Amino acid sequence: MSTATDPAVAAREPARALPPRQRWRPAFEFWWVQYLRTWKGSVISRFLMPVMFLVSMGLVLGDLVDERAGGVEGLPYLQYVVPGILAAQAMWVAMGESTYSVYGAIRWNRQYHAMLAAPLTVRDVLLGHLAYVALSVTFGTVVFVGVGALFGSWSSPLVLLAVPFVVLTGMAFSVPCFAFAAQVKDNTDQGFALLFRFVMTPLFLFSGTFFPVSQLPGPLQAVAYATPLWHGVDASRMLATGRPDWAGLGLHGLYLLVVLTLALWWAWRAFHRRLVV
Amino acid sequence: MIEASGLVKRFGDLVAVDGIDVSVQRGEAFGFLGPNGAGKSSTMRMVGAVSPPSAGVLRLFGMDPATHGPQIRARMGVVPQRDTLDEELTVSENIRIYGRYFGLSRAETRRRATELLQFAQLTERADAKVEPLSGGMKRRLTIARSLVNDPELLLLDEPTTGLDPQARHVLWDRLFRLKRRGVTLVLTTHYMDEAEQLCDRLVVMDGGRIVAEGSPRSLIECYSTREVLELRFAEEDLTGHARAVEGIGERTEVLPDRLLVYVADGDAASSEVHRRGVQPLSSLVRRSTLEDVFLHLTGRTLVD
Repeated sequence: MSTATDPAVAAREPARALPPRQRWRPAFEFWWVQYLRTWKGSVISRFLMPVMFLVSMGLVLGDLVDERAGGVEGLPYLQYVVPGILAAQAMWVAMGESTYSVYGAIRWNRQYHAMLAAPLTVRDVLLGHLAYVALSVTFGTVVFVGVGALFGSWSSPLVLLAVPFVVLTGMAFSVPCFAFAAQVKDNTDQGFALLFRFVMTPLFLFSGTFFPVSQLPGPLQAVAYATPLWHGVDASRMLATGRPDWAGLGLHGLYLLVVLTLALWWAWRAFHRRLVV
Repeated sequence: MIEASGLVKRFGDLVAVDGIDVSVQRGEAFGFLGPNGAGKSSTMRMVGAVSPPSAGVLRLFGMDPATHGPQIRARMGVVPQRDTLDEELTVSENIRIYGRYFGLSRAETRRRATELLQFAQLTERADAKVEPLSGGMKRRLTIARSLVNDPELLLLDEPTTGLDPQARHVLWDRLFRLKRRGVTLVLTTHYMDEAEQLCDRLVVMDGGRIVAEGSPRSLIECYSTREVLELRFAEEDLTGHARAVEGIGERTEVLPDRLLVYVADGDAASSEVHRRGVQPLSSLVRRSTLEDVFLHLTGRTLVD
């Protein structure tokens, strides 16, 4: 049945449910359009903060470290630390994109509910949003690789191969945040402040970003090895410094994929519980 | 379009919808009338194929929402109780992106956005952000957006709650036009005037059950009298007055602030009240409404 009397309507392109494999795309598109509308507000936290770390740690502190200690692990500190910051900024961007926006899409602006009233399913809503986060992390990573190159932070062109590892690291943080954000019960968003303060910041500082994990006391070393960030930092550093250990890289990749898979299962369940009631 | 039998929705121990049977035909304007908490919204969410029923059988366009959710939702439009607009996007973008969820090309969503903004009288606001719009405008935008897929069935959950009278009338006018075009409307409301204005047929819900069903006219004929005499008094306790007017009407309802006397002829009843020496502050004769039906069925008023 057509809803208008105009005969031209017969030729109108019909609305339909997209095939299941394509249905995540419009959800992705929504977040992309929204990003185009709001990107200005996030430039400082997304791009300038990592660059500030690069300059302050890599260049300024680096001079001091190189002068006093002759670099770290046989590298100038700049080339040691910036690959670590590359991985850490991915975590940073990913977590920033996966907390309030997920919570808001459930509770404030309720965009997920709008999608679910249309022919999208929970899976499409989740995958579309994650695809956007992945793109956003990739974009930030590529920009950072470019900026790092300007400062001479990379000792090998293999740093380009680090991009997929770094993005994977970001997603290994993004997906659990999706699950967490969907599970937050009360009407406060304090959970996120705690997450940033007690998860992101310690990981940023103690996952081998700024100094070798072997400098940490034993139990903390074990914690560092268990978290995804160290794996991303190590992979990024191996490649950016042109000293790849391919077996080690394989293990890092595998570890990150396992974390990602488990997190996807958790997020999928959390989304179902929250959105299908 | 909608066939439901024995439909139940439970949230833990709470039974929100307690076994209702509903059938809506193509082209009808169908209403769920009831107070807050009657189970209207839960019913709408099940009918919108977003909330799985806890028990019972539900068929939408002849399909099972458990297995054909996307196919069903592709053919309906939904105006939820709380707007789900994206406030950072523009008015037009909100419609266009929504159209993309229905597999429409970008060019087609642009065409439809122009058309729908005209319909919703929002053309001048097309490129404005949503956030500063008035409640009535946001509601019209939500309705415009829900029409982007040329729905055969439009679900409206309390479409005019919280709007001022003028905004409500503008909205009703748009809904009338849709109805004339043959769109099946299903709406919930706790406003009697809205139900009387828009619905061909409605069910009255209370406590998760359907307590009456019919056209607004037939419900009033069936459960109320032609006219109602409303008497207001200065006193707080009205039971004495209620006894004094007993027998004048078919029934007398005692509300906190007034007595309602159900009669065929209001003026005659009014004279009789005075003849009995009862002296109300004011007395008013009006026609029966669905409010009276609801009061009769449940002993409570709809909106308090």
